[in-house]
Amino acid sequence: MKYQPVIGLEVHVQLLTDTKIFCGCSTRFGAEPNSQTCPVCLGLPGALPVLNKKVVEFAIKAGLSTNCSITPRSIFARKNYFYPDLPKGYQISQFEDPICQRGWLDIKITTPDSISADSVKRIGITRIHMEEDAGKLVHGDFSGRDDGSGVDLNRACTPLLEVVSEPDLRSSDEAVVYLKQLHQIVTWLGICDGNMEEGSFRCDANVSVMPVGSSTLGTRAEIKNVNSFKFVKQAIEYEIQRQIDLIEDGGTVVQETRLFDPNSGKTRSMRSKEEAHDYRYFPDPDLVPLVINDQWIERVRQELPELPEQRQHRFMAELGLPPYDAEVLTASRALAEYFEAGVAAGGNAKAVGNWIMGEITRTLNDSGTSIEACPITPGELAELLKLIDNGTISGKIAKTVFDEMWKSGKTPQIIVEEQGLLQVSDSGAIEQIIDDIMAANTGQVEEYRGGKEKVFGFFVGQVMKASKGKANPAVVNELLLNKLKG
Amino acid sequence: MKMTAADVEHIARLARLELTPGEKELFAGQMDAILGYVEKLKGVNTEGIVPTSHAVPMENAFREDVVRPSIGLEKALANAPDRAGTFFAVPNVIE
Repeated sequence: MKYQPVIGLEVHVQLLTDTKIFCGCSTRFGAEPNSQTCPVCLGLPGALPVLNKKVVEFAIKAGLSTNCSITPRSIFARKNYFYPDLPKGYQISQFEDPICQRGWLDIKITTPDSISADSVKRIGITRIHMEEDAGKLVHGDFSGRDDGSGVDLNRACTPLLEVVSEPDLRSSDEAVVYLKQLHQIVTWLGICDGNMEEGSFRCDANVSVMPVGSSTLGTRAEIKNVNSFKFVKQAIEYEIQRQIDLIEDGGTVVQETRLFDPNSGKTRSMRSKEEAHDYRYFPDPDLVPLVINDQWIERVRQELPELPEQRQHRFMAELGLPPYDAEVLTASRALAEYFEAGVAAGGNAKAVGNWIMGEITRTLNDSGTSIEACPITPGELAELLKLIDNGTISGKIAKTVFDEMWKSGKTPQIIVEEQGLLQVSDSGAIEQIIDDIMAANTGQVEEYRGGKEKVFGFFVGQVMKASKGKANPAVVNELLLNKLKG
Repeated sequence: MKMTAADVEHIARLARLELTPGEKELFAGQMDAILGYVEKLKGVNTEGIVPTSHAVPMENAFREDVVRPSIGLEKALANAPDRAGTFFAVPNVIE
């Protein structure tokens, strides 16, 4: 039998606020365990949580950017369960009336086996709600102990958004595309640093399978602990196959939480905590209802940056970039801004794009640098491109100049002057080189004149080499053609 | 709806409470009376009335995103039954 996987994702987005969601403790990462705590986040009796306004603003931004409705009146609820990383015995979350509801993302599906172009698929977003994170547990060897667990509550009460998708995803690839797009949006908005390894952007996947053609969803398993795009794909694929094998062998899938183990690439059942899936949600009496009026929503909408998709369209429409270039150059907001600054400084859009996608990306990758820390400013890149355009240097020499700019931080003009890299367009000098090379390679000259036109490339190469790359290629081509034709 | 000792046991378990058989019987009866009262309230016509989640008619209490000093490690750990370095120490949690 053929099976259809059905996948929904729950993504936890840690927000880039300075303080926690319900108290003024710092959210800085890496502080000494339990040093960033207070009666509120320690869950001490009598402490009163008060909502961080910035968390609400960030949630509205996320909602507007994912086509959600913003709930005019939303409330907080207590989700009750016991675990050592949860000091109050409940997590403050939203249950009924979350802040954002009924949105969607259009994801791009590439179909390699089809002749049709990329298609767009709409993935529903059920809800986005605000909640507090739990603390962190360390196990085994810590602080001189060799057993037991340690609790660090610095992370407790850190603000999170949970973004819940509809079960609209049908493959691990679709899940990854959706996840990447969501990741791009929250980092673009500047509400999350997107660091998956440190847990700032984490994903739980709900996976089930059903026979193809069926409309009844199968029983789902929830997979936790998938902290990279690669692992999301692996975990979902493993889980789909596990469930199919189980059903084919006459078994049934049980609803449970499973943990992904990156070392084995497998998922395994989590026994703890799940015995009773009864969180006994109820409205938190400590937190008053949150009312968001239209003016507030409009103000936040005005503050939204131009989003990746809009920017892609503008790059195509206004700057004439091909769709591929527009997509690559909007991979991150910093990259898009670098590109635009280069164009604003007078660079030709297509050329600036090519250099960013080529030399700059390659050199950034090689040196493990981010675009934010790129030693060459967009203005300097534009200067370099101008030197090519006005014939001062050749495109080939430009690569040498680029490397030197990267290393020394000098401007392209200074490098060209210091190293004598000016392009040679003087026909007399180039003619002299061509004559020498033709004299030294009479055999090839005969071949060319005998009709073997491919040899032309050989001559171009020789001339460029003899001029140390400085000869103007257009002039070389023209003169060479005349001379070889004899 | 009739509360049984088993229902009380389930709820006690969720709340991590240990009850004697006598207490289970006692609480089953008391909870029954409470639920009976709620059943009665359900009979009231509440059409068009927004459910009350909060007793005080107040909304939008915020704080600005400004760091305030934490209370410090020693105070944070002062009530810990057990500590290891700057961690709260708890029995092994197996995942």
